[in-house]
Amino acid sequence: MRKVYLDYSATTPLRPEVLKAMLPYIGSRFGNASSIHGFGREAKVALEGAREKVAEIIHAASSEVFFTSGGTESNNLAIKGTAFANRKKGKHIITSEIEHHAVLESCKFLEKEGFEVTYLPVDSQGLVDPDDLKKAIRDDTTLVSIMHVNNEVGSIQPVEELCAIAKDKGAYFHSDAVQSVGKIRVDVQTSNVDMLSMSGHKIYGPKGVGALYVRKGVRITPWTHGGHHERSRRAGTENVPGIVGFARALELMNQELEDRREQMKNLTETFYRRLVQSIPDVVLYGDSDKRIPNILSLSFKGVEGESVILSLDLKGVAVASGSACTSGTLEPSHVLSAMGVPPEVAQGAVRFSFGRDNSMDDVKYVLSLLPEIVQRLRSISPLYAQKQQRQSK
Amino acid sequence: MYSEKVMEHFQNPRNVGEIENADGVGEIGNPVCGDIMKLYIKVNDNRITDAKFKTFGCGAAIATSSMVTELVKGKTLEEAEKISRNTVAEALDGLPPVKMHCSNLAADALRKAIEDYRSKRKPKD
Repeated sequence: MRKVYLDYSATTPLRPEVLKAMLPYIGSRFGNASSIHGFGREAKVALEGAREKVAEIIHAASSEVFFTSGGTESNNLAIKGTAFANRKKGKHIITSEIEHHAVLESCKFLEKEGFEVTYLPVDSQGLVDPDDLKKAIRDDTTLVSIMHVNNEVGSIQPVEELCAIAKDKGAYFHSDAVQSVGKIRVDVQTSNVDMLSMSGHKIYGPKGVGALYVRKGVRITPWTHGGHHERSRRAGTENVPGIVGFARALELMNQELEDRREQMKNLTETFYRRLVQSIPDVVLYGDSDKRIPNILSLSFKGVEGESVILSLDLKGVAVASGSACTSGTLEPSHVLSAMGVPPEVAQGAVRFSFGRDNSMDDVKYVLSLLPEIVQRLRSISPLYAQKQQRQSK
Repeated sequence: MYSEKVMEHFQNPRNVGEIENADGVGEIGNPVCGDIMKLYIKVNDNRITDAKFKTFGCGAAIATSSMVTELVKGKTLEEAEKISRNTVAEALDGLPPVKMHCSNLAADALRKAIEDYRSKRKPKD
């Protein structure tokens, strides 16, 4: 059966060049980077080489790049670490309603520890209004954390503007760049951010590794204690193969950025254009100008998301949904709810996220399946009145 | 995640539709939790002679609705009232724990349809 993977925002396959870069460090170059003998030094060289590579790509200094176990850990460290380190200055944090759960749950944890968190709303396109930040920020705000690109709908936040407002008030600015780094230009000099979270498995790198950029001078309490690894910010024997793989993956993404963007734009625009020609009552989320080109989140009115995913899965196509049934809770996507999408429409949301291995043939194949899938589910649904007879073939 | 029976009912649901002038209608669920089921029954001589459903929901929701209509056809109202959430789930060879609430909804929709039928038949004062 033909298989088409359209869930690249969930995870990506390891690309061959990355695997090649990692293999020596899984094989014969297995030393602990902290050991002073030859085996250790060899690993250390690879580790620091990877660090330099990542730093160069985001225009940071090597000493400002810290490796973690992934985006979730980076987010946790950034938020909890700065909140605790700066609690004498203030205990107010600002974030947005559409952050990834790693950010939201870290904030909820802080609230239990006596911090106050303001969750900024978003508009119907999933964007934060800088004026809302201006109104919310106070003298005792120590951190503002707003994601660069949202993982569900792909909306791109005005990070530079938001960062300027934060720094003006003396607060640190962190951005979860897990879905943006490697796909759109991320430059810590021009954006002026204080911290940035990155993840390997979203950019054709390995799972279980990521990084946190921390601008020199930012006060941050370590969250994982032990040895003095990562300049005492994050203890634990370094995952050298993972780190080497992550750096190589990022390097390649950066080199291919423009071409990849064109490819993604072409695929998603064609996909959407042809989709709405054959299926009525489709809702698209996110303004196309301020949305990353590889993510397409839409709802088929009258139909629930998981049933679409299941139907597509039966035909070998992998996509994601923000519906309650797939999240394990009973509520629809918090992102779509924050965007003001009514629950029954939000429950119908399906996310198609494209990647480097997708082709126009994939687009054609999925488009050949969807009309019938949606039509069938709509005929079963009490929420969709068939407005017209089946399209004549 | 789903049993073969659930997938069968999902791909080929039985008794999809509405009954005009149904003897009992049970609607259950709400958009927030993501499942809405509407069950229609036709009753003759205390027996359910026909049942149809319309469902907005996940694979389990569609499968449990379909199964419940199969289970009730030909049963007396008393027999139908005994159909529980577990009956439906068992008939489908089980449901993942997180999906058990779908079988709850199907059984509850049936209960509501029967209640609706009974209340319609109450003599008016």
